[in-house]
Amino acid sequence: MAIKKFVVGGFTDEPVLFEAVKKVRKAGYKIHDVYTPMPIHGLDKAMGLRDTSLHTAGFIYGITGTTTALSGIGYIFTNDWPLNFGGKPHFSLPAWIPITFELTVLFAAVGMVLTFCYLCQMAPFVKKHHFSLRSTDDLFVMVIECTSKTNEAELEGFLANTGAIEINTQHAETGWWLGRYDKDKKPFEQKNTAIA
Amino acid sequence: MSLKEHFEIPGRFKQWSLILMGIGVLSVVVGYFMYGSDHQGNRFWSTMLHNSVYFLLVVNAAMFFFCATTLAWGGWTLVFRRVSEAVSASVIPIGIITFVILLCIVFGGKSTIYEWLDKDVVNKDEILKGKSGFLNPTFFVIWSTLTIGLWTILGIKMRQLSREIDDTPLTIEDGKKYIFKNTVWSAVYIVWFALTVASTVPWLWLMSINAHWFSTMYSWYTFASTFVAGIALMTLFVIYLKNRGYLEYTNQEHLHDLGKFQFAFSIFWTYLWFSQFMLIWYANISEETIYFKNRFEGPYQGIFYLNLVINFLAPLLIYMTRTSKRNYATVTFMSVALLFGHWLDLYQMVFGSTFKDHVPLNLFDFGVAAGFVGLIMWQTGNVLSKFPLVAKNHPFLKESIIHHT
Repeated sequence: MAIKKFVVGGFTDEPVLFEAVKKVRKAGYKIHDVYTPMPIHGLDKAMGLRDTSLHTAGFIYGITGTTTALSGIGYIFTNDWPLNFGGKPHFSLPAWIPITFELTVLFAAVGMVLTFCYLCQMAPFVKKHHFSLRSTDDLFVMVIECTSKTNEAELEGFLANTGAIEINTQHAETGWWLGRYDKDKKPFEQKNTAIA
Repeated sequence: MSLKEHFEIPGRFKQWSLILMGIGVLSVVVGYFMYGSDHQGNRFWSTMLHNSVYFLLVVNAAMFFFCATTLAWGGWTLVFRRVSEAVSASVIPIGIITFVILLCIVFGGKSTIYEWLDKDVVNKDEILKGKSGFLNPTFFVIWSTLTIGLWTILGIKMRQLSREIDDTPLTIEDGKKYIFKNTVWSAVYIVWFALTVASTVPWLWLMSINAHWFSTMYSWYTFASTFVAGIALMTLFVIYLKNRGYLEYTNQEHLHDLGKFQFAFSIFWTYLWFSQFMLIWYANISEETIYFKNRFEGPYQGIFYLNLVINFLAPLLIYMTRTSKRNYATVTFMSVALLFGHWLDLYQMVFGSTFKDHVPLNLFDFGVAAGFVGLIMWQTGNVLSKFPLVAKNHPFLKESIIHHT
């Protein structure tokens, strides 16, 4: 990925943040992301994010599980190795439903967790840049990406007018890297070497 | 925002409820002379039992719904809570009708629906003798009286609690006390609900038709069935009022959650249905499989599979997406389908045991069902029109208005 320039504004309150998000979008700035201490209802709509497709993925994983279970058990118990269980017919659907159900849930659950991790770029040792550590505590942090046309001084003034209490400009890696925050200093040292 | 506080019953609503009730009364009279007058009145009394118990449990499920949400401090239902209260007010007339029908079946001697009523049969039968402490007319009548009586009394108490703050805005301290009082009374109801619908009442009223057979899943299965139907009934009334321009605070978010409730409890119903079926199918013990013999392979096969299609496959596939749960048309369609589907479910539970060889479903059953629908419309409409549609002083109202899924 690339190192880009961001203007970061910190807000202390939800209603202020909502107003600020609306104003920033109206002014035509590009919001990179908003980091909040807790989930906030309606923020996705205010930011203009589209609905997630995670549930569609979940449905597809689910029916994959259903098909896997039914075709697997069906093939094994009717063709490959038919066994007689208590005089039941070889093709006995009711007995297979629990396994089918479990496999549907398993596929859907594991698939959705992995997809979610992929979408959020989360995995052990995968690190991303923190714009403000206070976003894990009490600060609502809005990050605006600078383009070649952005006047950052003007933007900082604009953010201050919308009610941001902490404003700064950062050069940050947009992608992820492998490493550890406690030992691996490299990404932090690199921060100022390139400009978008 | 100006609120339309009182529901004015439209002429056509009143007309339709009267027509439906008329059809019901006509069906009962005609049915009585066709099927009920001879000493084998099973056809008549099975229909009466099926319809009255089904609709009683459905309107009682509305009561369970708002008591459970009160107990859990679920605020989101507040904007349409008066609708669930009005639906639950039908427990009174339908409870009386059901009680009369149960008395007629037990003491009328015109039917053989409950074989444990026959003393000669019981004395010769070790199993029935063992169950006679539970299955006897005295206990049946006492328990049914207690059941319907306490549902009625607790229902009146809960509705009264809800209405008593209509004219008096509460301070924060009073609000806390009010919520606590509500919680306690709904907890009392939930306990009684657990002792009746979730355990004894389905055994007594429905499962004892097959006095030898038993299933530990039966009560929960009946509860799930009628709860889905109860939510569907409430949803229909909410949508109707919304269409007429009432319930300004209720919006798609609340509809979405009602849809979720229907979806989730349809899956729950299927889970119980399958758990009951599969264990019996797998163990294959003749005492147990006798219940499913004529349902799974016999004359009730069509209803058996239709039941699964309407109550499981349809909600699963139609309610799967978010957009369909937020769409008034699909929710209306599914609510009607689920009400009918669970009516059919209880139909096979009763008639699969009283008529083992053929399915006697005809216009008589639909006529009686129409009568009960008319009665519910009449009673609910009347209660809705008498009191404000929104409990405007309830402490949780704001939570419900800004509700967001």
